[in-house]
This record gives sequence, structure tokens and C-alpha cells, in this order.
Amino acid sequence: MSVVTKTKIYRPRFSLNRDRFSQRAQLLIAHAILLGYSLLAITPVLIVVINSLKARRAIFANPYGLPNEATFDLVGYKTLADNGNYPSYFLNSILVVSISLILILWFGSMAAFALKEYKFPGNTLLGLYMAIGIMIPIRLGTVSLLKMMVSLKLINTLAALILVYTAQNLPITIFILSSFFERIPQDLKDAARVDGASEYRIYTLVLPLIRPALGTVAVFTMIPVWNDLWFPLILAPAENVKTVTLGSQTFLGQFLNDWNAVLAALTLSMIPILILYIIFARQLVRGITSGAVK
Amino acid sequence: MSQNRRAFPVHILVFLAPALLIYTIFMIYPLIDTLRLSLYASTPQDKTQEVFIGFDNYKTLLTNDQLAPRLGGAIKNNAIFFAIHMIVQNPLGLLLASLLASPFIYGRSIYRTMIFMPTLLSFVLVGFVWQIMLNPLWGIAKDILGVVGMQSLYQPWLGLESSALAVIGLISVWQYVGVPMMLFLAALVTIPDELIEAARVDGATALSIFWRIKLPLLLPTVGIVMVLTFVGNFNAFDLVYTIQGGLAGPNFSSDLLGTFFYRTFFGFQLQQGNPTMGAAIAGVMFFIILAGVLLYLFGWQRRMLQLEY
Repeated sequence: MSVVTKTKIYRPRFSLNRDRFSQRAQLLIAHAILLGYSLLAITPVLIVVINSLKARRAIFANPYGLPNEATFDLVGYKTLADNGNYPSYFLNSILVVSISLILILWFGSMAAFALKEYKFPGNTLLGLYMAIGIMIPIRLGTVSLLKMMVSLKLINTLAALILVYTAQNLPITIFILSSFFERIPQDLKDAARVDGASEYRIYTLVLPLIRPALGTVAVFTMIPVWNDLWFPLILAPAENVKTVTLGSQTFLGQFLNDWNAVLAALTLSMIPILILYIIFARQLVRGITSGAVK
Repeated sequence: MSQNRRAFPVHILVFLAPALLIYTIFMIYPLIDTLRLSLYASTPQDKTQEVFIGFDNYKTLLTNDQLAPRLGGAIKNNAIFFAIHMIVQNPLGLLLASLLASPFIYGRSIYRTMIFMPTLLSFVLVGFVWQIMLNPLWGIAKDILGVVGMQSLYQPWLGLESSALAVIGLISVWQYVGVPMMLFLAALVTIPDELIEAARVDGATALSIFWRIKLPLLLPTVGIVMVLTFVGNFNAFDLVYTIQGGLAGPNFSSDLLGTFFYRTFFGFQLQQGNPTMGAAIAGVMFFIILAGVLLYLFGWQRRMLQLEY
């Protein structure tokens, strides 16, 4: 405390100039740190993308140059087309992600709506029960899940993945959506009830009002599901049901010495996520900074 | 109220049933059943038959000269892995967030977008990207060290027992620093400007504003970041698996509980899978994570609530 009062006494004499100088310096340092870290974050990705378009010799001779007429080569992508089942991996991933997403948003929003809208015995307890899944990872139940999927004959099916991902993401979805349902004015729902709307109709009326929250949840659940390696590896490793993430993992392992193929495979698997990110970045950030995720 | 209890409204059931059923069947039941399985073992005659053996799996884990060193090693490595995240990732995230929260910085959203980008990539991609970046054949890492004049420091870190785990930890930090950054940023923007302004008028420096005003207000977020890091780290598997394979080499130096669990339960190369022993490792992981979460809920969050009132 005493330090602060001391500066206060000396301050008026030369504070203006010194303040402006130190502010400039501070700003410069801040930009240097941010720029340096941003470069560290994107450079590896850029190097991979650039070199995936070059001939093998150019990859090693000059990894930092952009591809030009002499060095441009798509040989890596050709290897991919000949050896990998990439189109089918992509289709599998898209199916798993989109169906899980629909189930998560549909079932999650219904449950969140009911938990916030109705007072019934066991309401709080049910909320706590759902919250367990936010903190305890579903991975720890894998031994039993594998047994279960074997006995349900769901091994090597996309359905197994969809069911697990839906279960895994419901708790956090219900948690986030509840806080949004809470903010919807009671009068609105009561007015609909007076007009004779059924409870199901009220749910469909309210749902569009939380659309931004649904978007946030969608982005948040989509990325980990698309990127997951564990469950495809254990529940669906067969060639015809492989997801992109598992497919890239096996392909990259096999072609580790074919640099062109590895770089092409990495680029191809990054692109869908990067495009989605560019489209949804704003929504994602707004979702986080508005406190949607606590 | 009493009427409600006699006839539970059908529409509430319809709303709750799908989520409750899927969640209970595919998440809660497997978790409990895995804990149950950790008390069983398959009989040598019939692999599908399981008999109750009490805590023998846990005893074997702690005493068997094949398994005990692996369990101890995995727990120790996991603790180091967690420490790397606590020392590097979270302070770095806080630093970046406090720079990004300043209204005087131009291009904040561009910085933010770039720094958050690696978080979206899968572990598989991140693992392979860094594997080739650090590969001595390609020499990118060497060149980058050369820029700052430290080329001679380069070593094939991922292949050395002494550095593999630390490097994998730093790769994971590179990938995930965006998460604490975003959480801290979200908390920082809610701090009222008047508070900071008042302190500035009183002559407080930027540093003392940070230590005396911002950090105390950020403590609830610090807690959330810590518990998320803890759960994520003690459950980690993918990055080690993609970079070093299931054996988490060299010589198990990057073995985490997740990779140990995978090898034991599912089998790897010559090693046969043993589901019930795997369940016991999952049980150990479950209790470690549970202890961390409970410590957070009753040690940190309750104190936070007391502070608020």
C-alpha cells in the first residue's frame, strides 16, 4: 500500500511524458509476444500445407519456399488416391458427427427444457445426476462398453460410435442449454398455455429462441467427436467404418517414410476443420466469451 | 403436490426419457460396470467366464513385478505431464488472455483466431505434424534454433528417454493453450472498466492492477482451468499413442495412465489384452480423477463461494 501512495506524491512532476513512453513500450512488448506466439501456433500447419504441394526433392532442399513451377507436384495426393479409402473415411466421419449432433441437440434440449420448466420431485437430484458426466470421462467405462457393444452386435458399426458420443455429450449440452432456457420469460410460455398450446408445442415455440446456444453447443461437440481416436480404435477399427481420424492414423503410420503422402494426408485431414473454424470462429468466440461455457 | 406424485405428468417423461436412457445405458452403467469388472478375473479354461476375486487385481497391480513398475511409472509421468501444463500452459494462457483483453491492442481477433487454431486439430494431426517438424531428417527445428543462434542445442528429443515426455507435454501445451486463454479472456472482459480506471487514477501500475485486482477476480476461473487440466491430463492417451505408439517409448519414458490402460486392456503387439486388469487400471484412474474433482469442489469452489458473500 505504501508504495502506491509514494508514487502518488511524486507523480505530477513528470508523469505525462514518462507515461506515454512506457505505454508505447508496453504496447510494443504486448504485440511482440502476441505476434510471436501466433506465429508459433500457425507456422507448423503452414509448413505442412505448403510442402504437401511440392516434389520430394524441394521438400528437403527448401522447406520454407512456396511451391513454384519447378517444384509443384501433387504426387502425395496421388498416393493417397491410390492407397487410402479417404472418401469413405470422410463419409463415415460426416455420418457419425451429424447424426450424433442431431441426437445431442434434440434429446439434450428436451431434457434441459423439462429440467428448467417443470417442478417435479427429484428435479435437483436429476440435474446433479446428469452433471456427473461433465467431470468423469466416459473413456474409463471402455472395458464395459466394449463388452456391451459385442453382445449388442454393434462392434464395427457407426451406430456404436454415435450412441457413445451422444451419451458423452448430453451432460454438458444439458448444462449449457439449461442456463439459456432459464432466461426465456415466463409470460411467453404462459401466454401460449392460455391459448391452449400443449407442452410439446411450447417446447417447439421456445427452441428457436435459444438458437445461438444450439450453435455454440454444436461447434463444441462437433470438434472433439470429429477428432476422437480412442473409440474408433476400440469400437470400430474395421476398414469400412473407419473415421477420418483413425484412417489418417493408420495411413500415416504405414507411409511414414513417404513424405509427400504424409504431408498430403495431413493437409487433407486438416482442411475440413479449418474451413469450419473460419466459418464459425466468430460464433465460437462469442459463445465462450458470453459465458456459455463455464 | 400430492396429486403430482400420484400421476407423474406424461410430457415430462417424454422430454426426459431419451436423454436419461442413453446417458444411463451408455455412460453411467459402463462406468459402474467397469468398476465391478475390476473385481473379477476371467478363468483360464473359459475366457468369457468371469469369477469374483475381490481386490486381487488391484493387489496384482501394486505388487506384480511386471505391472507395478509400469503403474508407478505411468502415475509419475502423468504427474509430470500435469505439472508441465500447470507451469507452462495455464500461466501462458493467462498472459495471452490479459494481453488480448487490453482495448489498446489492434488486431486482437486475428491473434485470438491464430492462437486458438491448433486446439481444433486432432491429436493425430498434431502428433504427426510435430513428429516431422522435430525430425532430424527434415531439420526444421534445427533451422528455427539457428535463427536464435542455438543450433547446437538440437537433439532428437522425441527419441531420448530424458526428454520425450517433456516434449510431448509441450506439444500438448502448444495445442491446448487456447482453452485456458479463452476461459481467462471470458472472465477478464466481465471485470468492470471503472474498477481498473479507479485504480489507475490512484496511480497503480499495470502490474499491480493485475496482481491486486484482476487476479483475485479471476480465482474462480483459475479453479475451473485447474480442474479441467487435471481431468484432461489424467485421461490423456491420444498424443502419446500417435507420437510414440502404444508402447509409449523410448523404454516407457512417455507412458501415461491412458496408454498403460490401453495396452493392458486391449493388448498391443505381442501383449495379450486383459479386460479385467484393464478395468482395475480404469478404476485407479477413476479414483484419481474423482479425488481431483472432489478436492476442487470442496476445497476451492466452496472457498470461492465464501469469498463472494
